[in-house]
Amino acid sequence: MSQCQRCKKAVATVHLTDVTKTGNRTRDLCDRCAHEEGYAAKAPPVQINEILSNFVLQAPQIQELAALTCPHCQMTFAEFRNGGLLGCPHDYEIFEQALLPLMQRAQDGNSRHSGKSPRRTDAPRDFQIELVRLRRNLEQAVEREDYEAAARLRDQIDSIETR
Amino acid sequence: MKIDELLGRTGEWLRATGPMSDVVISTRVRLARNVSGYPFLTKATSDKRDELADLLKRGIQAAVKEHKWSYFDITRVGELDRQMLVERHLISRQHAEAEGSRGVSVSPDETVALMVNEEDHLRMQSIRCGLQLEQVWEEISGIDDLLEQRFEYAYHPRYGYLTACPTNVGTGMRLSVMLHLPALKLTNEIEKVLRAARDMRLAVRGLFGEGTEATGDFFQLSNQTTLGRPEEDIISDFRSEILPKVLEFEAAARQALVRERPVALDDKIWRSYGILQNARSISSEETLAHLSHLRMGIHLGRFREIDLKTLNELFLMTQPAHLQKQTGNRLSGEDRSVARAGYIRKRLNRE
Ligand SMILES: [Zn+2]
Ligand SMILES: [Zn+2]
Repeated sequence: MSQCQRCKKAVATVHLTDVTKTGNRTRDLCDRCAHEEGYAAKAPPVQINEILSNFVLQAPQIQELAALTCPHCQMTFAEFRNGGLLGCPHDYEIFEQALLPLMQRAQDGNSRHSGKSPRRTDAPRDFQIELVRLRRNLEQAVEREDYEAAARLRDQIDSIETR
Repeated sequence: MKIDELLGRTGEWLRATGPMSDVVISTRVRLARNVSGYPFLTKATSDKRDELADLLKRGIQAAVKEHKWSYFDITRVGELDRQMLVERHLISRQHAEAEGSRGVSVSPDETVALMVNEEDHLRMQSIRCGLQLEQVWEEISGIDDLLEQRFEYAYHPRYGYLTACPTNVGTGMRLSVMLHLPALKLTNEIEKVLRAARDMRLAVRGLFGEGTEATGDFFQLSNQTTLGRPEEDIISDFRSEILPKVLEFEAAARQALVRERPVALDDKIWRSYGILQNARSISSEETLAHLSHLRMGIHLGRFREIDLKTLNELFLMTQPAHLQKQTGNRLSGEDRSVARAGYIRKRLNRE
């Protein structure tokens, strides 16, 4: 087994022959160095997971953070740490204290959005789409025999349809 | 439109006629958006997921109703057809392989694809041939404006557009250019350029091919940062800093090859042509490596046996799913290599 010629630490797993004017040159590199030099053996590692695992080692109140749970989607911080994906938009606020340093690391030190924003946050809803949603909710309410919710939904549907 | 109708043509991004197309194969921008009031897909029940798919599909169809867009319900698309959509860059591999309600809406010329229920509720992309940074951005931003009137996006005053993964939060924008850098590869300077790209906080990926390996001479550069820099700034980084350098290096390397090693250069090109004309079995990786040499030869004016249009058709049609769709059979790896070699011979030798 040969040693990586670049970092001189890891075992070389990639062996390259470059044909140059002055003759052939062989290079033995480890996976990581080969990747860094552009001879990518694998897709680049998912950056967020690397950041997450580094972060976990450094956070002092890790137990406390891991137990944080979003009341809207039931996502826990521990679960996010394992999967790398959040559960709902509220998580950005629920986990803010833990997320912020992590985002800054992933985002080149930035922590404030700059750029496009929705022009019409108060835009009138598309009623056709609203109707689809309400009808579906109605079906589900009837299915679970929640007649109070069903009545309310039926009123909402009527009010849109008679508009 | 049916998926099979895609087979007879190439998407706009493979026309190879765009600006700087000797080096820039295509420009792509992708925006991630989520609908407020719904969980991200990680925490969406299958009912919620169905509801979202329905909602988004109807919203998209209403927004683009005067155009002839197609909507494909991915759960009803066969495996080979899903793979074909991946090869055409209309959906991600992840989207092809995921489970649960999901879909994609595609514009007639395939420049715009809107993925529904991918990692985010909406992943919208515009892809065009050559260097068309402003064009893809304007196109996708316009569609974003249309959809924004129909959905209330999850948006936070400080963090911008909220995405399932915090690495996409903010603009939710990923701008990529796919580059053909055969001369930098041949002159062993590619590593230098890719390292410089990484120093500019760009992600570098190899492209095409059956596996995940960076195959040959094609590289995709994309921005890593989505928070804190406006879309226009990212675009202008590409326009005025990143691309001029890379294009200049590749051009210099090509000129050096022509000047110092013309025989070696022609040998590469014509050997590749010989192999493609005669091979009886060939992998997609090897095909790509040889097509890359032909492409360079065409752009350097040293190879005129085929035109760019034919070359691009070969790029697309020799990929596994396209190949199998054309032969009409599902083929194992080895049979595929034989079929691929046959297809290429037929095209090149006009058999
Ligand atoms: Zn190494
Ligand atoms: Zn949540």
